[in-house]
Amino acid sequence: MRPQNPAISKGIDWSLVWIYLLLVSIGLTAIFAATYKEGDAVVQSFIGFKTDYSKQFYFFIISFVLGFVILLTDSKFFSATANLLYAMGIFMLLLVFPFHSPIKGTESIIKLGAFNFQPAELCKIFVALALSKYLSRPETDFTKTRSQLIAAGIALFPAVLTIMQSETGLALVYFAFFIVMYREGLPSAILVIGFSAAALIVATLLLEKITLAIVLTSLMLLVVWFTRRWWKRKSGLLYSIIFVWLLCVGIQFFVVPMAFKKVLKLYQVERIYSTVGKDVPAEYVEAHSNELTKKTDKKKDIDYNVRQSKIAIGSGGVLGKGLMSATQTRYDFVPEQRTDFIFCTVGEGFGFAGSFVLLGLYLLLLFRIVTIAERQRSTFSRSYAYGVASVFFFHMAINIAMTIGLAPVIGIPLPFISYGGTSLLTFTIMLFILIRLDADRQMVLR
Amino acid sequence: MSVFNQSRSRIIRFIFLLAFIVIIGQLFYLQVIEGKYRQLAMDNAVFAKVVWPERGIIFDRNGKAILNNTIIYDLMVTPAEVKGIDTLEFCRLIGIDTAEFKKRILEARFKNTAVRPSVFKGLLTKELQARFEENSWKYPGFNLVERPLRTYPFNAAAHILGYIREADTRDIENSGNYYRQGDFIGKTGLESYYETVLMGQRGVQYMIKDNKNRLVGHYENGAFDTASVAGRGLRTYIDIELQQMAEQLMSNKVGGLVAIDPKTGGILAMVSGPNFNPNDLTGSEGSKNYSRMVLDVTGPMLNRAIGGRYEPGSTFKPLGALVALNEGVITPEYGYPCGGRYTLCGHGKPQCTHAGNGHAANVRLSIANSCNAYYAHVYRLTVDNPKYGNVKNGYLQWRKYMNTFGLGVRLGLDIPNEIPGLIPDTSVYNRENANHWTSCTNLTLGIGQDKMLTTPLQMANAMCIIANRGYYYTPHFVEKIDGETDEDTTLMNRFRIKHDVLTHIPDTAFNAVIEGMNDVVKFGTAKNARIPSIEVCAKTGTAENYTIQDGRRIKLPNNSMFVCFAPKENPKIAIAVFVQNAGFGATWAGPISRLMMEKYLNDTLMPKSKEDLERITKTNLMPAYFKRAQYKEDSIRAFKWYQTTKDSSYIKRYVQADVKKSNAPMPAGKNKPVKNNEAMMAMLPDRHSFLKTVGSKKS
Repeated sequence: MRPQNPAISKGIDWSLVWIYLLLVSIGLTAIFAATYKEGDAVVQSFIGFKTDYSKQFYFFIISFVLGFVILLTDSKFFSATANLLYAMGIFMLLLVFPFHSPIKGTESIIKLGAFNFQPAELCKIFVALALSKYLSRPETDFTKTRSQLIAAGIALFPAVLTIMQSETGLALVYFAFFIVMYREGLPSAILVIGFSAAALIVATLLLEKITLAIVLTSLMLLVVWFTRRWWKRKSGLLYSIIFVWLLCVGIQFFVVPMAFKKVLKLYQVERIYSTVGKDVPAEYVEAHSNELTKKTDKKKDIDYNVRQSKIAIGSGGVLGKGLMSATQTRYDFVPEQRTDFIFCTVGEGFGFAGSFVLLGLYLLLLFRIVTIAERQRSTFSRSYAYGVASVFFFHMAINIAMTIGLAPVIGIPLPFISYGGTSLLTFTIMLFILIRLDADRQMVLR
Repeated sequence: MSVFNQSRSRIIRFIFLLAFIVIIGQLFYLQVIEGKYRQLAMDNAVFAKVVWPERGIIFDRNGKAILNNTIIYDLMVTPAEVKGIDTLEFCRLIGIDTAEFKKRILEARFKNTAVRPSVFKGLLTKELQARFEENSWKYPGFNLVERPLRTYPFNAAAHILGYIREADTRDIENSGNYYRQGDFIGKTGLESYYETVLMGQRGVQYMIKDNKNRLVGHYENGAFDTASVAGRGLRTYIDIELQQMAEQLMSNKVGGLVAIDPKTGGILAMVSGPNFNPNDLTGSEGSKNYSRMVLDVTGPMLNRAIGGRYEPGSTFKPLGALVALNEGVITPEYGYPCGGRYTLCGHGKPQCTHAGNGHAANVRLSIANSCNAYYAHVYRLTVDNPKYGNVKNGYLQWRKYMNTFGLGVRLGLDIPNEIPGLIPDTSVYNRENANHWTSCTNLTLGIGQDKMLTTPLQMANAMCIIANRGYYYTPHFVEKIDGETDEDTTLMNRFRIKHDVLTHIPDTAFNAVIEGMNDVVKFGTAKNARIPSIEVCAKTGTAENYTIQDGRRIKLPNNSMFVCFAPKENPKIAIAVFVQNAGFGATWAGPISRLMMEKYLNDTLMPKSKEDLERITKTNLMPAYFKRAQYKEDSIRAFKWYQTTKDSSYIKRYVQADVKKSNAPMPAGKNKPVKNNEAMMAMLPDRHSFLKTVGSKKS
């Protein structure tokens, strides 16, 4: 495995490579288990490029070769072309609008011969690079709000384009870059506000409007009571507390319902509500009455997916059924099981033990990347490393959480495991650029 | 610059770790703590496929299979796979129209979804199956599926064998849910009584199914599968050729015939008229024929041999003599001076066909001449026996005799739906006579009349008692069960107990009765039952009967009855034949019995007998009143149909026929027949309930 040329292998973090290979092999095995049917001619299918597992195997070869090419590339190349690549990525995203293939449910795919190419997936690399480039500029002072806004703009512009392509799930991934910005000095307050907003929205889903309003008001009064000593001295505090309270109630009463009525599609509303285990309130259903014909099927589908996924994972028990005896995943009970729900195959086949090992492997990968990030001398490399960690983390956490009913079903793949050429390629490139940058960690890149 | 933020790497690590802990926690809950998912997965993915065993075969006394298993085909459709077929041609092939085709596809979709096969047309005729097989390649989504079916190579013994049907809800409940929807269960006859033997043991194959419920393979390579065990065969006493001939003889007649081997109680033949061909109830026309027969007032589905109530009339007399002899109230030499009527009760009844003195000078003569007065008197002597104090006690004693003979109680043969007949309790007479009655009240019991009702089986069994000189075995069909188990033995033991019912009679007394019955054949009313070289003992009977129709009491032709056994020494066959409304006992029932005995004992028929067989077979003795009764039944049903559906197409023909006689107004309503419920469908609100209606309509 070790390349002959010592110049290339020098400084390479082999632990990342090994984890990568391990994860990809797990992925190939899982895809094989999920799609192999008794009596398939395995060898023939590999030659014939027919089955999903053989396709994924070739994707892996291509990705690995590409990864090797990246290792041969000068690390300055990435920082030098970061902005250009970003522009190219945006261009590709724009190209999708006129040229996307007529695949049901998404407008984000371009068909290139036998391959379905999804720019929204690939664009994550360019955003990571461009964001790092921006943050590492000597003239960037990230303590300034203007810089923070520009950084957020770089990260979220592709997200907007992706939402316009009906790929909300993929768009959400770009929010992961806030972790990078946080590391580079984004105020903690923003993180706190972000979490609070999330908590508020979840509460809006769970509680009646009036109940929540009462809760918020009493909360506000409590805060006012406890801070009375301070706001007597400084009246601005009182006003800001009241402003926050008004904002919260406003969001709760108007913004969230508005979003559910006007912005989100009914099926998305249903997915969100099905995650918290509630039916969609009648007023939202009415607001989407023009979509009602599709509604019943969709609702059943979402519930069905998560239910079947939970059955598959839950029935795995402690040690699992063994990959080829996993009835739920092998006989197509779980929809999308080779792509978004691939974790079911692991959960059912290898049980809690196997899931634990896989999760441990991911955690090891993330911690390793964070460690690597912190040993970089250049901000570019560090930011990029955090970008990789954030994207991996978001994909992994949300994907697994949705298969076990902790998160709404948004279609994002599990890194290195899910079937899909573009996603494997994207994650491989991201990881190998990191390895390349890390190999030159003594260099200061701009 | 950002080096100050290094502590934030720890927070980021913490966020990562937190997410993992939450996920691991949920996984621990799902996979380790919560156990329900394992079962849910089993329900999801494992299907217990039932393997039906081959049902047991029923053989006759010579080892011929009276019924067999065969395979018939159902045409199945998997709607999702039906693509690009020439519907018109297909419909022409199957013999339906395109609307019907669409309806059936829709039904199949609704019942079993589009991806699972459901029955498109059940029980294909052989011709249709062949036609489809030739062209099957043209019709993807359609295929033939085997279905086991009973066939009856001799076209005989329908009432004995019974039939099998898919188990209904009640069967399933009664079996403690052993049976399942789609299982076949014996509904009547031997199929029902020996269900546990015939059905065999169901096997189970655990199959893995996929998300669309398609079976994809054996679960755990079949480690939990159990093989099915074929049902076991029944070896019966039935002589199938005798049975066939008996059915031929009873065709177009109403009544019952039973032939028993007295030595074992084994039933050799049992016929009820009118009869039907058991093959009519299977196959594609099965349900149609079934409903036709159920609605037929002549009752082809009723087994009159065990379910018909008949006054035994004179055929009872030998039994009356035996009871009196056993009780010691008369001796074989006892005589009664009959002058043509019985005078001791004051009303001069019953009358007697003979008037000459000495025609009832002893038991033998009284039977040979069938003296009514003699037997009325003998009955009175029995019940007025001073030993019992009063007539009620005496009657109870007499009734007890009847019950031990198997009269007034169910004999308990091995097919269901037997009726007990009637020997009334004293309470009946008490009620009707204000508690005051004497032996004169019901003296015609002595000549097999009054309220006495018997079945042909009971009378045949009574003949066995006489033939055996005092004992009988409970009549039954099955001699042994193949591979008899302990359980089967307990089932069969009932039929292996010897019932000694007349213990106080010396042989000489029996001889008097038997010789008397022999004389009936030699010199008396049963001359046409004579068979050269075989001593036959018999007794004829004729019973008057009436029916009430359209408010009038009509006298019907007499019932013709005949009981006999042969040979006199070492009897091999005992027979009772009842033919309703056919005249004297000797006219029809007699020759029928003779042919039966001749066939069974000699194995062939004399040329003259063959002529008789021909003649009797051709004779139609179906009573005329049935025609009117059928008309009434049908018109009432048509009226009910009109009331519920407002469809006047059926009632019309009855109304028009009656309109000429009376000027009854025509019921208003649609004149067009409602075809296939289409009009009803149109009225129903939505597709869902419409399909439900169609579904329930079919079942």
